[in-house]
Parts: sequence; structure tokens; C-alpha cells
Amino acid sequence: MLANANRLTPYLFLAPAVAILVVALLYPVGYMVWASFLDWNPSQRIGEAEFVGLRNYVNLLGDEAFLESLGVTLRFAAIVVTVEMVLGVGLALLLDRQLKGMSILRTVFILPMMIAPIVVGLMWRYMYHPTVGILNRTLKSMGLDPVPWLSDGGWAFTSVVIADIWQWTPFIFILALAALQSLPRSAMEAARIDGATGWQLILYIKLPLMLPVLIVTALLRLIDAFKVLEVILVMTNGGPGLSTEILALRISRTASEFRELGYAAAMSNLLLILLMVLTLAMFFYGKVMDARAARIRAEAEEDA
Amino acid sequence: MPEIVFDNVEKSFGAVRVLEPFNLHLDDSEFTVLVGPSGCGKSTTLRILAGLETLSGGEITFDGKPISHLDPKARDIAMVFQDYALYPHMNIARNMSFALRLAKVSKSEIDDRVKRTAELLNIAHLLDRKPAELSGGQRQRVAMGRAMVRDAGTFLFDEPLSNLDAKLRAKMRTELAEMRNTIDKNMVYVTHDQVEAMTLGDRIVVMANGRIQQQGTPEELFKSPVNRFVAGFIGSPTMNFLDGELTEADGALRVRGDGFDLPLPEALATRGRAHAARTVTLGLRPSSVTLDTVPGAEIELRVVVSEYLGAQSVLVTRCGDEEVLVEANSATPIAPGTTRAFGVLTDELMIFDRESGLRI
Repeated sequence: MLANANRLTPYLFLAPAVAILVVALLYPVGYMVWASFLDWNPSQRIGEAEFVGLRNYVNLLGDEAFLESLGVTLRFAAIVVTVEMVLGVGLALLLDRQLKGMSILRTVFILPMMIAPIVVGLMWRYMYHPTVGILNRTLKSMGLDPVPWLSDGGWAFTSVVIADIWQWTPFIFILALAALQSLPRSAMEAARIDGATGWQLILYIKLPLMLPVLIVTALLRLIDAFKVLEVILVMTNGGPGLSTEILALRISRTASEFRELGYAAAMSNLLLILLMVLTLAMFFYGKVMDARAARIRAEAEEDA
Repeated sequence: MPEIVFDNVEKSFGAVRVLEPFNLHLDDSEFTVLVGPSGCGKSTTLRILAGLETLSGGEITFDGKPISHLDPKARDIAMVFQDYALYPHMNIARNMSFALRLAKVSKSEIDDRVKRTAELLNIAHLLDRKPAELSGGQRQRVAMGRAMVRDAGTFLFDEPLSNLDAKLRAKMRTELAEMRNTIDKNMVYVTHDQVEAMTLGDRIVVMANGRIQQQGTPEELFKSPVNRFVAGFIGSPTMNFLDGELTEADGALRVRGDGFDLPLPEALATRGRAHAARTVTLGLRPSSVTLDTVPGAEIELRVVVSEYLGAQSVLVTRCGDEEVLVEANSATPIAPGTTRAFGVLTDELMIFDRESGLRI
């Protein structure tokens, strides 16, 4: 009896957390998955909605606006993460040294990351303003033609990419810097004595040693980039046309403007699956690295 | 294999001066050991020589050419680090060949040199492994191999054996001593272990508090240390120091203190008479005290502990309140607690000025 109670104790303690998880996480997700099989209008209660099976998903595959939006999202994520990685790691490599006022500089560098996305969106919208924005005024004062930052499809995409890079490069920078500063100092010194130039040191020693951290950082950023919404919502609201309509925005509009809750749920599910794949990739990467480290340690101990 | 000269080299970190200006001359193909307690500046000296630290004043020359402004890679040096500093992401072969690959040596020659060095060091079977997969001793060999494979003119060692356990350290020390006979290079070796210094060095440079205390062959340092610090640092077990005074009695100079009164040999007495101060410190090597009494030169000691080491024992004894170590043949058992007279080989006595610590 007592032994039984002891075995149950851990589950008893876990129960509140499990209850919260079920209510706060599984219920909404389950609701969404169920909704994606319905033809559901916001004026209906969910019980009244018609069950349509996989029709929403089938329709999605033929929906050009959705595919366009998916393309924008993939392009956006790929471009911003690549550029942010290059800039962030580059900055970290440049600033990984003892300079006066370095701690202040580092704090200033990571400020953009701490600003609420809505504010970032508003700020950039004003800077991109065709007549009173600082960017066009500057161009004008230099005698150049103004740029249609947010009103031309091609430019609008570039503009939101720039804003995202401005906000999230610091995230990469700060993690890359931490990785750099935890690298073994003596290995760098050994490399200098072995004849490595500054570039060779970065290429052959620093970057390979930072790689595990950089991979996780890139995955985190990628997951985040797929979910980006507020900044673009405020800056362009997806326009002009569909040029900056990322998936999150498309989902929001499908639900609120087109009033097709089931269809929006199906899109959300696809996005969720996409993110799950990335998260699992990260998870397994971590697992594989852990297993490898454990195996190496075991081997080393055996030899010792 | 350059002739290395330190000319008035000094080093400060901010306001803290870690190396007082010093001169040092390292001959071609010489094995020099920098030895001293931690914080004495020996590692800094080596790192300045390597180009990992800048000097604050003075100049270093290799064969007369100033090199202090040069990058480490332009100095033709190889270095073995205390923590080995292997590249964790490269296997052993690539660790060893890194410098050669950077120098664009041909692939066949790299393979050849790595293989030969690895065989010499008994690590040929480890070439495919990563550093994390090796034991401490194996990593140490790889670090050594990485330096040797480069065939640089000067080898620097920064406490290379201090992370090994005692047995392995003794083994590697012997191997190093053997290796240095076959390699005709300048070697500069930093250690805090005077046994390593004595067994490996052609020349030993004893440092303390950012200053060179003395340099010379192991024998010179042991037989004629310039001051109390060097006398106490070199030799194992360490020299005993007893405060005393020089007194003249029956035409002979004696050193007398709490619990001892010993005659000084002629040469030492002459120097003692010429010395102004009478308050001195007597230096007595544990090996200068014998179980057989010597007429006229005896010291009464109370044995506190007897450390049995095999053929030899180290007796920890008291002379007055001072501790005196005695190295004795263990064939004669001596029970702790006994008080008896020991002989003193007065020819091996040293006396130091108590104020300055300089040897008289």
C-alpha cells in the first residue's frame, strides 16, 4: 500500500502542471486541428459547422494566394536569417576584444531586440514614409530620387527585410559573442604560433568551434522568422498586393476578413507542422551532440 | 637555432610591473629552464618570447635581429602549452599538421613528417582520433608532436608536464631528457618544479618577484647559490635555514645560534671575517647532516617524524624551535622522539646575510 503510494507521488506532484498543459496547450491545438476539418463561419458555433474532412487542405494546395504567401514567408525567413547570421557573427568577431566602453557598446547593440515589435513597425513606417520619412528626406537632400519604400512590391519586401535585420541581428550577435568568448584561449594562441593569420584563425579555428552554438542560434531565428507578424502588419499589412503577406498575416486575414475559420485553421496547422519539423531538427541535433559527447567521454575514460 | 638575447626586457600590466628589466643570453642549441614559484614572471617571459605578449621595454634579438615587433608566426618557434591547447575539432593528424598545412607544405611531405613524428612519440595509432578521445598523457604527447613536426628553430615549453600525474610526469621527464639529446634546437622550458629544472636544463634561470635571481648550470646553482632564495629553491629536500651569529673563538670563526655552535671552514671563515654584519642565517643542506658524528662539528637534534622513503629516510627534526630536515640512510632506524647528536659536514655549510639574504 505504502509502496504503491510512493510510486504515485511523483504523478501527484506532476498533475497540476499536466492539467495546465492540457488546458493551455493541448486544448487549443486540438481545437485548431479539429477546426481545420470544418467549414466554419465565425457566426456559427463550432458544433454547427459542417464537417468537410480534408477539403480545406486540398483547397490550400491549389490556392495561389496561399502558395504566394508561403513563398513570401520562406523567402523572408531564408533571407533574414542568412543576412542576420553573417552580420551578427561578423560583428561578434569584430567586437570580441578588450575595448574601452565595450560593455556600454554591447548594451546599445542589443537594444533593438528589446523594443516591442509594434513599436519597431511604427518606427520604421515613419522612417520609410514617402515624403516626411527620414530616409527619403535624406535621399532628397543629397539630390537623389525618393524610393518607394513601402508602396512598390519589390521595395516593400526589401524594406521589411531591413527592419527585421535591424531588430534581430543583435540576437545573433550576442549569442555569437558569448560563444566566441567561451572558446579556449590557448588553442587560439597555439594557432597563432602555428602561423595562422587573422582570417585563417577565424576560418579554421573560431568558426568551427562556434558551429554548435551557431546552428542552434540559426534554428531559433528560423523558427521565429516563420512566425513574424506585428512588424509587417504595422508596416505594410501584407501589401502592396501580396508582396509582403507572410503566412501569419494570411492566416489572420483569412480568419477575420474572409471569415473562414476552418480554412485559417488548416493554414495554421501547416505552419505548425513546418515549425515542428524545425524544432525537432533542433532537438535531434542536441540529442546527437549529447550522445556523441557521452560516447567520446566514455572512450577517453576507458583509455585513460 | 638562433642565439637569443633579451636586452633590458621589461613588462608591466597597467601599473603593475611583472618583470623588472633584465638581460638574458641563450646560446645556440641550449636547453634553458626558467624556474620559479608561481607569479615570478617566468611564463610571462616565455610568452613575450613567443610573441603572445608584447614587451613594455627593451628588445629581444634572434642572432642579432630584433624580433619583438614580429608576429608569433614570423619568429620560427613552436610551443607546447600547459593545457596542451589542441584544436578540439581536428583529429590528431590534422592537429599535428595544422602549421604545415598553413605553410602550404606538400601533402606527401606532411603525411611523411606527421607519421614519422607520431611513431617517435608512440602516438601513430591515435592519428584518427579527436583530442577529447585521448587520455591526458596521450594529449601531452600530441602537443609535443605538434611542436616537433614543425621543425622550428626554437621550442618553447610552458609547464608541459604540470597537468600529468606524478608517475607519468616522471616518465615524460625522462623522455624529454632523452629527446633533447637528439634534437639540436634551442629549447626554453618553463616550470615551477625544480626537479624538472635540474634534470632537464643545460642552464637554469631562477626567477622570483619579476627578477632573475641567478642563472647557471644545475651544479652551479646547487653549489654556489647567490642568495637564500636560490639556495632554498634548488635542492630536494630543501635547505634548512637557522638564524645565528658569527663569533670568533680560539682563532676560528664559528656560527652560533639556538642549539648549535659550528666551526666554519677556512675559505668561508675568510669571507665571513671580511663581511661587516655578524647576524647571519646558516644554510644547512639535509644531505650535509650525517648520522655519524664528526668531532668538533656536531648538532643536537630532536627527531619529530621519520619519513621512510626506501633506501633513504627524511628525518624531520627540531633544533631549538626551528625545523631541520635530515636526509639519512634508512638502514639505521631512529625512533621519533629521540634526541641525539648528528654530524655536520662543515665544508658544505653556507651562510647568508640575514638582512639582504645574499650568500657570504
